[in-house]
Amino acid sequence: MKNQNDTVDIVIIEDDPNDAELITRVFRKHNLANKIILLEDGAEALDFLFAEGKYAQNSTVLSPKVVLLDLKLPKVNGIEVLQRIKSDERTKNIPVVVLTSSSEDRDIKAAYDLGVNSYVTKPIKFDDFAQVVSELRLYWLLLNKPSESA
Amino acid sequence: MIINEPIPVEKLDPDQIEIVIVEDSSKVAELILRVVRRLNLAGRYILIKDGGEALDYLFAQTNYVNAAVRRTPRVVFLDLKLPGIDGLEVLRRVKLDERTKNLPVVVLSSSIQENDIKTAYDLGVNSYVTKPNQSEELSSVVEELVRYWLLLNKMPAR
Repeated sequence: MKNQNDTVDIVIIEDDPNDAELITRVFRKHNLANKIILLEDGAEALDFLFAEGKYAQNSTVLSPKVVLLDLKLPKVNGIEVLQRIKSDERTKNIPVVVLTSSSEDRDIKAAYDLGVNSYVTKPIKFDDFAQVVSELRLYWLLLNKPSESA
Repeated sequence: MIINEPIPVEKLDPDQIEIVIVEDSSKVAELILRVVRRLNLAGRYILIKDGGEALDYLFAQTNYVNAAVRRTPRVVFLDLKLPGIDGLEVLRRVKLDERTKNLPVVVLSSSIQENDIKTAYDLGVNSYVTKPNQSEELSSVVEELVRYWLLLNKMPAR
């Protein structure tokens, strides 16, 4: 039997419950068929992506269409999560978008140096944030073509 | 189109080429340029028709010695089938070089072959987008690409 986790389309790694709710709501709005998983800390995100720990029953490492990654995360921070994803043959081709409130050049530079696909900052105003997330959904689910053998 | 605000051209550095378009089909290039001009980005793009010249521009060599790498664009749209050096080889050299590896590169190609897509990701492409056949659809894809990479995506300080 195929594990239901084998078909996740969008991985959201976000510890702020308000931001997480907004992001999942926008991603669900237009297409209920997209499978979304929300992970609230960096350690669990790595377990999920590499099928380890409590996700060890997942038969394979998954290839979601996009990973949205916050930087300030409990346990393992976003930069380290990115580093692990982009330095592992099994996961390096997964599109990763950093979605963070940090617009510090140090963070932007570190993310690019590690191979991030795109870096987007969270606007402060709710409406603007919702619009940015809509745009992310449109771009990474409809426009971008991921590799099927990532 | 979700973001319908105009491109804030006044915020862009007037000396910067923001979009590098590497495309050898004049029909597709003309269509892309029409969209780019409509978005008020005349003078902020450069169109290059072969792979060797694209590398010369991005590495500021031969005919582009004075163009200098400091003119870092916000995005490079790269076709795959190019005369001379092909798109995947351009991508490989850009992503292997410390001076250019952080440039956002989007492959914009008619190829939907998994080996092209896989190779592009293996080489570190930021995004892979296929060209629709209909020119109207291609226009809206290009507009979305320009808006995403100029308005939404942040890149390191230049």
